[in-house]
Order: sequence, then C-alpha cells, then structure tokens
Amino acid sequence: MSIWSFANPVKFLSLSARVQPVLWAAAGMCVSVGLLWGFFGTPDDARQESAVKIIYLHVPAALMAINAWFMMLVASLIWLIRRHHVSALAAKAAAPVGVVMTLIALITGAIWGQPMWGTWWAWDPRLTSFLILFLFYLGYIALWEAVEDPDTAADLTSVLCLVGSVFAVLSRYAVKFWNQGLHQGTSVPVATGGRTVADVFFYPLVLSMVGFGLLFVALVLYRTSTEIRLRRASALRARESREV
Amino acid sequence: MPELGKYAAEVLAAYGVSLALLAVLVLMTLRRGRRARAQLQAAEQEAQRNG
Repeated sequence: MSIWSFANPVKFLSLSARVQPVLWAAAGMCVSVGLLWGFFGTPDDARQESAVKIIYLHVPAALMAINAWFMMLVASLIWLIRRHHVSALAAKAAAPVGVVMTLIALITGAIWGQPMWGTWWAWDPRLTSFLILFLFYLGYIALWEAVEDPDTAADLTSVLCLVGSVFAVLSRYAVKFWNQGLHQGTSVPVATGGRTVADVFFYPLVLSMVGFGLLFVALVLYRTSTEIRLRRASALRARESREV
Repeated sequence: MPELGKYAAEVLAAYGVSLALLAVLVLMTLRRGRRARAQLQAAEQEAQRNG
C-alpha cells in the first residue's frame, strides 16, 4: 500500500482511530514515568544541584518545538507539490502543539537560566532564534485564522512555514554557527553520540523525550482528524446552503 | 518529595507551568475534537433530511 493512500481523508481517519489508543497510552506512560523518574529518582547535579531536574522538561519540549516545525515543513511541501488536503490540515493541526512546546521550552529555559546564568533572558543566538520561531508559530496560526478560503490559507501558511524553517534550523544549530552566547550546545547529540549527560540523568531524559515525541504524534493525529471533520462539516453546510 | 534545596521554587515553577500548559493543550484538543464530531454529525443529519 502506498503512503499516499493516507492522503484519502477516510483512510486517514480509519488509520488514525486504530493507532491513537496505543499512542495515547504509550505517550502517557513514557511522559509520566520519564518525568516522575527524573523528578523523584535522580540525584542533584554537583554544580546545578536540584535545578538539573528542569532538563526533563526543557530538552524534550525544545526538541519537539523544532521537530514540530520540520513536520509542518514536510506537510506544507506535500501540500504545495501534490495538493493533498490532509497534509495541509496536518500542518495546521501541528502548529498549536508546536507553539505550546516552544512556550514550555522558553519558560523553563528562563526559569533555569536565572539561577545558572544569573539572568532570565539573554539575546543569545539560540535563545533569540527560538523566540523568533515562537513568533513564527503565532503568525502561522493567525494566518490560518485570518484567511477565509482554506486552500488559499494553506498556500500562504505553507510559504510562511518555508520561511520560518530558517529559524527552526537556527534554533538547533545557532550555537555551532556563531559559537557564542550563554546557551551550550546540545547535551544529547544523536548524530555523533558524544553526549555530555551522565547515565543517571540520561535514561529518564531519553524516556521523557520519547514520551514528548509520542504525545506530539498522538495530538497531531487527533487534531488532524478534528480538522478533517470540521472541513467535511463545513463543506456539507456550504452544499446545503447552495441548494436552499 | 525530594529535597530540592535552594532551587525548589525554580524547579517547582518549571514543572507546574509546563504540566499546566500540557494539560490545557490536551483538554482543548479533546474539547475541539468533540465539538467537531457533533458538528459533522449535525451536518450529515441535515444533509440526509434534505435528501
């Protein structure tokens, strides 16, 4: 079966309904166990003391904030190239999840930064690009709401998503590009494997990251199904009003 | 409850705000989903009534 068959809304709803119970259960378990393990079951760090426990929220949220935008980028490209409505609706559905993840990353970063760096905020490359990514999320959501015709809205938001991807990339790699500022590089580099986090903090962190990832997928599938139903209801109402 | 020392306020604030935001996101998602199902059902019934 081709992956494009899921561009059919009926098939998408059917698949989504089948996998969602498992996804929600797995996400709930991983997030709960990861956060409880991190909060109750890990020692204080030698330098950061108990403030290190913020890592179990900050890192997974930041990871998903950036990855959500990349997911929206892929969905937007599919819309622009192949005109599959489900992909445009999936991008729309992911944005509110991404904005909440970005907000959590910004807030926990500020709370963590105050005792560690002595400031809530600095115009550091990574922090600044993350703030701009947050503003792009808000703009993206506002654009969907502002344009009445759904296909035009999908076109415009897709272009905005392409532009915003620059800041999604910068959010992840700004430290490497400029090599300055307060924020350190990634603690868990997947590509190189040279992590700087001790095992005792690493395992609950990975569980929390997996949990946030599963939660994101579950939320996006649910929200995409919602958008498909709203679009269908809107089309039926429009047809009725034309016939009357 | 673990001993959080001098950073207790920061750690608890980070967890409190984050969990509250996640809870609001999930609840709003579920509420919007229920509303969409009801809207679609009503639109389908209306379409069936009108043939």
